[in-house]
Formats: sequence, structure tokens, C-alpha cells
Amino acid sequence: MTVRKNQANLTATEKKRFVDALLELKRSGRYDTFVTTHNAFIMSDTDNGERVGHRSPSFLPWHRRFLIQFERALQSVDASVALPYWDWAADRTVASSLWADDFLGGTGRSRDGQVMTGPFASAAGSWPVTVRVDGRDYLRRDLGASGRQLPTRAEVDSVLAMSTYDTAPWNSASNGFRNHVEGWRGVNLHNRVHVWVGGQMATGVSPNDPVFWLHHAYIDKLWADWQARHPNSPYLPATGTTDVVALRDTMRPWNDVTPADMLDHTPHYTYDTAA
Amino acid sequence: MSRITRRHALGASAGALAGLAVAGVASAAGPSDTSATSAPRAAAAEPAAFDEVHRGRRIQGAPSHHGGHHDHGSGYQVHIDGDELHVMRNADGTWISVVNHYETFATPLAVARAAVVELQGATLVPLALA
Ligand SMILES: [Cu+2]
Ligand SMILES: [Cu+2]
Repeated sequence: MTVRKNQANLTATEKKRFVDALLELKRSGRYDTFVTTHNAFIMSDTDNGERVGHRSPSFLPWHRRFLIQFERALQSVDASVALPYWDWAADRTVASSLWADDFLGGTGRSRDGQVMTGPFASAAGSWPVTVRVDGRDYLRRDLGASGRQLPTRAEVDSVLAMSTYDTAPWNSASNGFRNHVEGWRGVNLHNRVHVWVGGQMATGVSPNDPVFWLHHAYIDKLWADWQARHPNSPYLPATGTTDVVALRDTMRPWNDVTPADMLDHTPHYTYDTAA
Repeated sequence: MSRITRRHALGASAGALAGLAVAGVASAAGPSDTSATSAPRAAAAEPAAFDEVHRGRRIQGAPSHHGGHHDHGSGYQVHIDGDELHVMRNADGTWISVVNHYETFATPLAVARAAVVELQGATLVPLALA
């Protein structure tokens, strides 16, 4: 059974096996297919057109399915691996063990943002950035640049307290839990973390940075936490809505999975803490 | 707080922008102001064209009425040194680009200037759309 753990609690062996599985997916070319898929959706999801992966109610079930697919790919390399999550409200500084040399490596150097430490540094030779929007082929970060702060626990709690899943117009202008988690409105949780990391994480090809998966695993956990707090609040919209994935509509690119299929994560994995 | 820090992140660009009162922006509201009061800006007029050199890069923006598959209905195209920068307009009238995809800006000009900063001299590569 897959148990997703807080990254801060991983053993040295668990970190090494996770990193090694990432490097093997990268070497085989499978990793980059995930980057390509994500960028295609991020560029095509629009507020006034069809929207599936982002800025829409299916942001949460879409990323849940995307992470399950990625986790299965990791497990095809090493069956012991599960996606860890990063609680950025708790581990909120550059000094976190998340950014140590034995895990994800640290921030980029000031000259060009290039990550110089850890397994994903360009000089290590194992992490060429090939799916990219500009000429730079090295992993970049700018952790906490310009005085940005990661969301606080109080801000997280204020969003978890919202009882309505999502509201019309079902996009970046919506009120409700989903858009506040995604961050287009209000205190801004998910979007702000992408910006705080900087580098590729701030772009459409954000899965180029392995922290993408740990960030989204935590966003996914917040959805589970929200469900536990609001057991009578359903996914919305329930039925056919133009350009939007309703509860029982299938989601691209898989076309065989609906938000309804993704509401319960426990058939696929559990968390190290009760939701 | 986040509003202030993100405006701060825009640095001089945001300040200059507010002073220029770029055509098409209904107000000098912050680039990331997504509060309820921002809704009226969605109906703001189409942003004007621009063509300037910012930190050594030529940035150009112009309305596009060709419905090209690259603009995703934003009705506007931005180029940096002749290469297209994928931009998108949010429902509240703010803008993002493929190199600043999780942070909103008040105008296409602000998003182009932010992209120049982010690129640190690197060239854009052709858009790869699925
Ligand atoms: Cu995404
Ligand atoms: Cu994300």
C-alpha cells in the first residue's frame, strides 16, 4: 500500500530511493512526457474556453490523477517509492532539509538562477531540462526571492474553512475552496508556492523541478483535509456546464476518469496522518 | 501581504507602469488584485499596442484579430526580440505568460517586462502546443 509521507519525515534511504527513481525516469525519457502534458494543459486551459487542468473545478481531480500516474511510473522503477508531500506552511525556509544536497538541492546562484547543489544540478549531468520555453537547459530556482513568503498555517486554515467547493463562473474569478486553494483569488496558496520557488517552477513547464510533485502532493492532501472537514460538501458543478468538467464528465487526456472517480484517494494511497 | 510583496516583486516596472497609465487598463489597481472589486476590469477595453526596449530586449505587443491558435482567445500577441511570448488574459482582466504562469500582471506590457527579467537574456523557444 502506498503511503504518502511528509518529506520532512523521510529517512535517508527513502530520500535516496525517491531521487534515484526520479533520475531513472528522467534517463529513460518518461519524466519529460509528464512535463509536456502539463505544459499543454496549462497553455490551453482558459477562463473563457475549455479548461480542465487549471483555473477550473477539475484542477484538484486532474492533478490527483496526474500524480497517481506519475507515482505509478516511479513505482515501476522502485516499488517501494511513494510521493512525499511538502507542507510549505511548516517547512517554510531555504534551510529546510527539503533543499539539502541529499534531497532536492538548494536555490539557484544569483547570476543565472542555476541550481548548483544536489542530484538535479546541471553539473551532475543527470537532469537536462529538455522540455522548455526558453534556451536554458539547466534547472533554476530563486527560493523566496524579493521577500516573498510562503503561505502560513493560518492562511491554509482560512481556506480549509470554506464550505463550498467551487462556484460559477468556474474559473480564476470564482469564489469557493478550489479557487482559493489554487490561488487566483484571496490569500493565494498553490500559485504563490510556484512563484516562491521561482525558476522553472514559476513557468508552464513547472514539473521540470521535482519539487512540483511534492507541492502538488500537499495540495492534494489539503483537498483530502477539506473533505474531512466538510463531509457534506460535494464536488461542483454536479451536471453539464459548458467548457467545464462536471462531476461525471471524463477528463482529458485520459478520457476514462471523472472527478467522481477521484474523490476518494484511499484506493490509491493513504497519508501518514489522518486527514 | 501577498499583494504587496508581489507588487514589490515587479519592482520599478510596476511603478513605472502605474505612472504611464497604459491605455486599456481601467485603473491603477495592483497587478494581482483579484478581490471582488476587480470584476469590472474584465470589461476593460483592449490594451494598446507597445514597442519598446526593456533591459536590452525589444518587447512588442499588439492586438491580434486573427484568432490564431497561439493566442487562445486573448486577442493579443506579445513578442520578445521577435519570438512570441505565450500570454493569457484572466477573467479579471489581469495577464500571465508562459514564463510567469502563476503570477498575475495588470497589462501585457507588465507581463512582457516581467518576462524579460525572468529570462535573464535567454531567448524564447518556439511554442510547442499539443
Ligand atoms: Cu498544474
Ligand atoms: Cu501547480
